[in-house]
Amino acid sequence: MATLSVTRPKKSRTLTAVMALYLLYTLVPLMWLVINATKTQASLFSTSGLSFGGPFALFDNIAQTFTYNNGIFFRWLGNTLLYVVVGAGGATILATAAGYGLAKYRFPGRRAVFAVVLGAVAVPATALAVPTFLMFSKLGLTNTPLAIIIPSLISPFGLYLIWVYAADAIPDELLEAARIDGAGEFRIFLTVTLRQLVPGIVTVALFTVVQTWNNYFLPLIMLSEPKWYPLTVGLNQWSAQANGAGAQPIFNLVLTGSLLTIIPLVLAFLLMQRFWQSGLSAGSVKQ
Amino acid sequence: MTSTAAPPVAAPARPAPPARRRRRNWRGWLFVAPFMLVFALTFIAPVVYAFVLSLFRDQAFFGGTVFVGADNYAQVLADPKFWESFQRVLVFLAVQVPIMLLLALVAALAIDSARLHAAGFFRIVIFLPYAVPAVVAALMWGFIYGDHFGLAADLNHLLGTDAVKPLSQNWLLTSIGNVVTWEFVGYNMLIFYSALKVIPKELFEAAAIDGAGAFRTIVSVKLPAIRGAIVIATIFSIIGSFQLFNEPNIMRNLVPNVIGTFYTPNMYAYNLSFAGQQYNYSATVAIVMGVITAVIAYVVQLRGTRKGM
Repeated sequence: MATLSVTRPKKSRTLTAVMALYLLYTLVPLMWLVINATKTQASLFSTSGLSFGGPFALFDNIAQTFTYNNGIFFRWLGNTLLYVVVGAGGATILATAAGYGLAKYRFPGRRAVFAVVLGAVAVPATALAVPTFLMFSKLGLTNTPLAIIIPSLISPFGLYLIWVYAADAIPDELLEAARIDGAGEFRIFLTVTLRQLVPGIVTVALFTVVQTWNNYFLPLIMLSEPKWYPLTVGLNQWSAQANGAGAQPIFNLVLTGSLLTIIPLVLAFLLMQRFWQSGLSAGSVKQ
Repeated sequence: MTSTAAPPVAAPARPAPPARRRRRNWRGWLFVAPFMLVFALTFIAPVVYAFVLSLFRDQAFFGGTVFVGADNYAQVLADPKFWESFQRVLVFLAVQVPIMLLLALVAALAIDSARLHAAGFFRIVIFLPYAVPAVVAALMWGFIYGDHFGLAADLNHLLGTDAVKPLSQNWLLTSIGNVVTWEFVGYNMLIFYSALKVIPKELFEAAAIDGAGAFRTIVSVKLPAIRGAIVIATIFSIIGSFQLFNEPNIMRNLVPNVIGTFYTPNMYAYNLSFAGQQYNYSATVAIVMGVITAVIAYVVQLRGTRKGM
């Protein structure tokens, strides 16, 4: 068959080699971070960037990172987890329900909801941040976890994903069959819809978790007390402290802290990605 | 095959399936209302509030605010600081976005081509930087650029020069472009890749029967098929460029004299609010940028979807 050569062409070493070069670009900075997180403050300055040097201080650095300034890093880690679990978790739930509602129901105002939400994707989130800060300040919400959690609850992109996914993945016949069986709308959502939507939901969760974990601008403006900082804002404060006037040389803590900030997310991503892939293939077979 | 489709991120926007003669009723609101409630609080209310703020001005000495109509807007449009920062992100947009999207497209086509060894591994690793917070990426690259213990210093040492200066005035915007490219190629690659995955196989068979080679198939079949994804990625990238804040703001710690308070429009709005207490003017800058961004995104969407459809 002529199609065989198209669908199963030979592997190309040249292409793989060229792509490997790009891979190097992706990986070198991360390797640099791992290598330099193993160095003491002194050997950071005295050894070359891409070679291990001096005493192996990774574990010492980790211990210092967690104990420095009464263990504030630990607190920042806890804050980040709180924002991610409640914020990204809530965003996934809201986007799932709303995306499904938009895909599978005709209701008055549906077109308006579309227009407003998709229009909002084009509005720069950062352009909203300052007015949101002023408004939250009037409401007395700044400097509280709610100032981070409430804006994190909305993911227009997540809503869009679920809408597109639900339109394809949930046959109307299935819903009608459930209705004929006498199930209420909410019950259908919980027992029929959610299962069909799993791959889409995992994808949305993946993106909202990454976004909330990595969020910097919002907490930067909303929070003035370090005790509510997430890791991102805390790390930058350490960096400013290491660079600014009367600097305290804590570069080793900034580097180790950065590494520690990446690891959970990379792990979560790798784990979720497997699930998300198997979920997707299952979803496509079912059709 | 074990390689499975990535998320439907890039599925081109399509209208919802035809209503199966369902009665119009309000049940759908049951699911949409919670989202819309929070949405109103976090999107609609701030936009309205920003607009109201932009119509007033603080009377520094007399206390209270006065209504000034469009005065703040006139001031923004005549503000050299605003235009300088705007020009900077425009240059950034014109150079960085095409490079990033081209790299992402090549990577997606390569991974999708089935000619690559260990394609799954490539896909995961190239996407990986997206999982790195902008703060960490900027800190990390900032150190790498630096002449204290970075790779720039090593390179200079090796070459016996001091020519490599990524943090100098002339190179800084390029250096920031490199960080942003590093962070987002993988994300865009995934958008393109998932769009490539859903192209009907019959199209390739037809192309093969017509005698199209790999390159011809890419140009005539694959690229037109993922046009929607390319438009979406372009729009997101434009929005991202106009919003540029995190990377320059973090690198400001390293080079405060190179990166000023109005390096990008967003940094300008931020500094007006939090260093200058000029909330009304800051809200105006934010609105002007929002409108410019929305208009450009809209034009790109129109042009992108009209051609070749």
